[in-house]
Amino acid sequence: MTSGYAVPAGYAVPAGYAVPAGYAVPAGYAVPAGYVVESSRAETRDTVTLVLRPGRQPIAAHRPGQFTMLYAFGIGEVPISISGIAAGPELVQTIRAVGAVTRALCAAEPGQHVGVRGPFGTDWGVGVTAGSAGVEPPGTALSDPAGKDLLIVAGGIGLAPLRPALLTALAARERYGRITVLVGSRSPAEIAFTAELDSWREAGADVRVTVDRAEAGWRGNVGVVTQLIGKVDIDPAATVAFICGPEVMMRLTARALSALGIAETDIRVSLERNMRCGIAECGHCQLGTVLLCRDGPVLDYARARPLLAIREL
Amino acid sequence: MTETQPGGTRHADGPFLMDVTALSQLLGALEAAGYQVIGPTVSDDAIILSELGSAAQLPFGWGVELAPGGYRIRQRSDTAAFGHSAGPQSWKQYLHPPREKMWSVDRSGGEFDVVPADEPAPRRAFVGVRPCDLSAIGIQDQVLGRGEHAGSRYAARRAGVFIVAVNCTEPGATCFCTSMGTGPEAGPGYDLALTELVSDTDHKFLVDIGSPAGADMLAQVPVTPAGDGTTGLARSAVAQAADQMGRSMPADALHGLMAGSYDAARWDDVAQRCLTCGNCTMACPTCFCTTVEDVSDLSGEHAERWQLWDSCFSLSFSYLPGGSIRSSDHSRYRQWLTHKLGTWHDQFGSSGCVGCGRCIVWCPVGIDLTEEVAALQAEARQAEAQQAEAQQAEAQQAEAQQAGSRTPGARAGGEQQ
Repeated sequence: MTSGYAVPAGYAVPAGYAVPAGYAVPAGYAVPAGYVVESSRAETRDTVTLVLRPGRQPIAAHRPGQFTMLYAFGIGEVPISISGIAAGPELVQTIRAVGAVTRALCAAEPGQHVGVRGPFGTDWGVGVTAGSAGVEPPGTALSDPAGKDLLIVAGGIGLAPLRPALLTALAARERYGRITVLVGSRSPAEIAFTAELDSWREAGADVRVTVDRAEAGWRGNVGVVTQLIGKVDIDPAATVAFICGPEVMMRLTARALSALGIAETDIRVSLERNMRCGIAECGHCQLGTVLLCRDGPVLDYARARPLLAIREL
Repeated sequence: MTETQPGGTRHADGPFLMDVTALSQLLGALEAAGYQVIGPTVSDDAIILSELGSAAQLPFGWGVELAPGGYRIRQRSDTAAFGHSAGPQSWKQYLHPPREKMWSVDRSGGEFDVVPADEPAPRRAFVGVRPCDLSAIGIQDQVLGRGEHAGSRYAARRAGVFIVAVNCTEPGATCFCTSMGTGPEAGPGYDLALTELVSDTDHKFLVDIGSPAGADMLAQVPVTPAGDGTTGLARSAVAQAADQMGRSMPADALHGLMAGSYDAARWDDVAQRCLTCGNCTMACPTCFCTTVEDVSDLSGEHAERWQLWDSCFSLSFSYLPGGSIRSSDHSRYRQWLTHKLGTWHDQFGSSGCVGCGRCIVWCPVGIDLTEEVAALQAEARQAEAQQAEAQQAEAQQAEAQQAGSRTPGARAGGEQQ
C-alpha cells in the first residue's frame, strides 16, 4: 500500500540515497502512520525501549542504522534510532528523555498510539547483500563488511542504533570475522541493554564495557571508551569499525582507530543534528555539504572527518 | 500584419507585439481560464505582489530606488508597468507559504487517523516574474518539488502555475543576476515572456512564447508578429541591461571559495554588523527552511501539525540536547552564506543565489553579500600569496642549506635566519 508519492523515472538521486526508478514512497513518509505501543522496557533511569506495532499500515522495512520520526500526540516529533530487529512488522526504538517529546514517548504505556514516519537515512551497511540492492527501503552506499572483523564502539545511548547492526551480524555469525563490542558509559547504571551483554558474548562477540565513574560493586573497566581499544586485538587491515556516541567520543575513537591503521573509509560513524522533517526539505540537519537525514546519519569517516573538524558547522 | 483570431494556434514562433490594452486582455483571459492572477502592485509605499483585479493595478509609472538597507518607490518619467526591480516579497510566498497546515490527526475513536492537509491548490498565474525569480522558482522546484517530493503540497501548487515572465531592461542598484547567470533575459520555464518597450509615444510589449499553454493563452488576445526592427530593439535593451548591474559576483569561483573560507577572519567582521534577524532568509526567493508547530485542541483528541518558515539565523535552528551547534553569530552568518553560494551545489546541484539583491536591500544594517564575498576572496588570495611566499622562503632556505653544506660560511648565515 502506498500513499501515492511516486518518484518519477529519471530523477537524479543524490549520492548515497538510491531510490530505484518507480519506487513508490510508502506509508509514513510525509504524514505519520499510526502505531500502537506494544511494550515498554526501562533501559536506564532516563531511557526506554518501545516495541511498536503498526496500526492499519506499516512503514517500509528498515535496515540497521536507520531512524524514524516518532510523533507524540499533540506534542511533537523527534528523530529516534531504530534499536532492534523485530521478527514481524514491529519497530523497536530506544528513546532517552531529554525534552518534551522524548519525555512523552518514554512515558507512553502499552496501548497508546504514536505516529511514525520513516525509515529514513543511510544505514550501517551490515547485512546489505547484493540481492537486497534496489529493494525497499532505499539504503546506503556503504557495503556489507562480509568476511571482515567488526569493531563496534558505543558511547552511552549510542549503543541503540548499533544494536540492530550487531544483532544482524550475530544472526549471520559465520559471515563475519571477529566481532568486538566496546561500550562506554558515564556510570554502571547508565549502561543500556545490560541484560543482553552476556547473550551477545554467547553468540560470539567479544564485549567489553567501561565506565567514566565507577560505583560501589563495579569491578569492570574505568575510563573512556578509547582506552578499551588498546585492550583488544585489532587487525587494522581486516577491520571495519562502527561508532556511535557523543560527537567528541566519535572523533577521538575514529582518530585512535585511524592511528592504528584502519582506513577512514572503513570507519563508519552515525552523526546527529537537529531534524524536523527526515525527508530533506526542512534544512535543519545541514552539516556543510551534507543533509544528514538524507546523506546520513551514517557516513564513513573519510567523509565525516572534514565536516567534524569545522567548529559550529 | 494581421491580428490573430481568437482560439487560433498561430503562435508557434513569435515573437509578437502587444499593446497595453492587449496586456489587460491577457490578464482577463487568464482570469477567465480559471487562474488567480497575481502580479506587482503599489501598496504601502512598496511594490508588492498581490491578486490583481485588473491590469490597471500594475505599477504603471513606478520605479524603485534600491540600496543596502534601503528601498523607496519613485515616480518614473514614463509609464512602464514593469520598470522596477525585486520587491520585498517573492513568489515563494505563494508556492511555499510562510505558514501552512501539514496534516491533522484524530484519536477520538480509539484509532489514530492522520489526514494530510490537501487544500485544493488554486491555479495561479504569476504576472511579471523577473528572470532572477524564475530561476529561484526552478531552484525551489529542485528542493521541494522533485524526486521524492513529487507528490508534495509544493508540487501540487507549482503544477498549476502559469508564468508570465518579464525580461529586465533596467536592473536595480543591488542587482547581480548577470553574475549568477540567471538574467537579465528569462531562461526556460516561462509560458510567456514580455519585454517592455516604452517611449513618449508608444507602449508595447514584445512577447515570446515558452510553452503550448502560453501559445494557447496568447491566441486569445490581439497581437501582431513583431518586426525585425522592434525585436532587435527589445533584444538589445535586454542585452545592454546585462552590463548595467549595480553589483557583481565572481560566480564561477564561489563554490570553491566558500569551501575554502570556513576559517576566514571576515566572518568575525560581518558578525559585528549582523543582527541575526533572519530578514535576508525571509526575503530570499530560494531560502526554503522550515520548522514545525504542533497544536492540539482542548479536548486533546484532535491535533495538527503546521509548517512555518524558519531561519538558520535563529539559535533554535541548530539546537540539540545540550545546546545549539551554531551558537555564535559568526557561525550562523557563515552557514547562510556558505550554504547559499557553496554547499547548495553539493546538496542540490546548483547555486542557491539568483542575484536578485533582496538580502542586500532588506538587511536592516545593509550587509551586502557581494561585499562580503569580495572580502572573503581578498582574504583567500592573501592567504594564498602568503603560503606561496612561505613555500618560496622554505625552498630558498633548503637551497641555502644545500649550498651551505659546501661552503661553511653560507651555512652559518642560513642558521642565523
